[in-house]
Amino acid sequence: MFLTEEFMRGMRRSTPVILSSAPFGVLFGALAVDNGMTVGEAVLMSATVFAGASQMVGLDLFGQHVAPWLIVLSIFAVNFRHVLYSAAVGRRVPHWSSPQRAFGFFFLVDPAYAEAEARGERGLAVNFPWFMGMVIPVYIMWVLEAYVGAAFGGLIPNTYALGLDFLLPIYFLGLVLSFRMRPMWWPIVATSAITSIIAYETIGSPWHVSVGAIAGMALAAFMPIRTKEGEGV
Amino acid sequence: MTTTVWIILAGAVATYLSRIGGHLVLSRFNRIHPRVEAALDAVPAAVLTTLVAPAAYTGGPAELAALAVAAIVGWRGGLMTMFLVGAAVLIAGRNLF
Repeated sequence: MFLTEEFMRGMRRSTPVILSSAPFGVLFGALAVDNGMTVGEAVLMSATVFAGASQMVGLDLFGQHVAPWLIVLSIFAVNFRHVLYSAAVGRRVPHWSSPQRAFGFFFLVDPAYAEAEARGERGLAVNFPWFMGMVIPVYIMWVLEAYVGAAFGGLIPNTYALGLDFLLPIYFLGLVLSFRMRPMWWPIVATSAITSIIAYETIGSPWHVSVGAIAGMALAAFMPIRTKEGEGV
Repeated sequence: MTTTVWIILAGAVATYLSRIGGHLVLSRFNRIHPRVEAALDAVPAAVLTTLVAPAAYTGGPAELAALAVAAIVGWRGGLMTMFLVGAAVLIAGRNLF
């Protein structure tokens, strides 16, 4: 019942996501053990948090023996962008049941959000089996990668030479480009880019993500709006 | 359970709240103001850009070359081609310079 055509169609969209995030997933496992976590804890973190950048930030703070509540707050700060994804993509899934939403939104990672938006934009339904087909393989691989990295991380020769730390920005650039047909794309990208760099230099990471994102969204919100159905604004 | 496990689980709850929260708040409104709608339509470009821009800003020649070539390839072709070409330029750049 679950393995419908839509599920398979979703699965096909998961390949690029898995390839680009796999090195990062393994790297997380390896660094987790370096920072004093057990293999089990590394796997638990990938399985329950399922958010690469925030897991890395969490690790970094574990290593520095920062107060626990501060680590949790930092994880939340890095993940705050998901609030925006969740609000935006919620408009595409009015036909999901409440349990489907409660379960499905757990998997709303950056590429899953981008894929769902892109599919909705093409006029196709973001249905639950399709979404699950796309995210379940990514999730399973992510958990496995943490295990592989944690158990065998010492075998990775030189992560810098392999470029492991910079693969995700390249992939995210591709996701940004995939939305270039949307109205106001250039001004929004320019505003968010400049604002996030300034915030990165002044306030520091991870706040640059929220600050840059809100600047781009504010620009879009305050521009003259093309009225739909003759509705006045 | 150890402190580490508690931190991980609390981090997981915080992350889940961020993923369900935006939708829970927005779904309380029957009608979404057009300006809110415009802001939400800007989310992909606005949020994903902030994950790239500081990395480009702090990157060296190898990183910038990888992003530039990837952008050109991505403008014409698909995501997968773009990613593989970008990764190849990055690895070549880091090992040659």
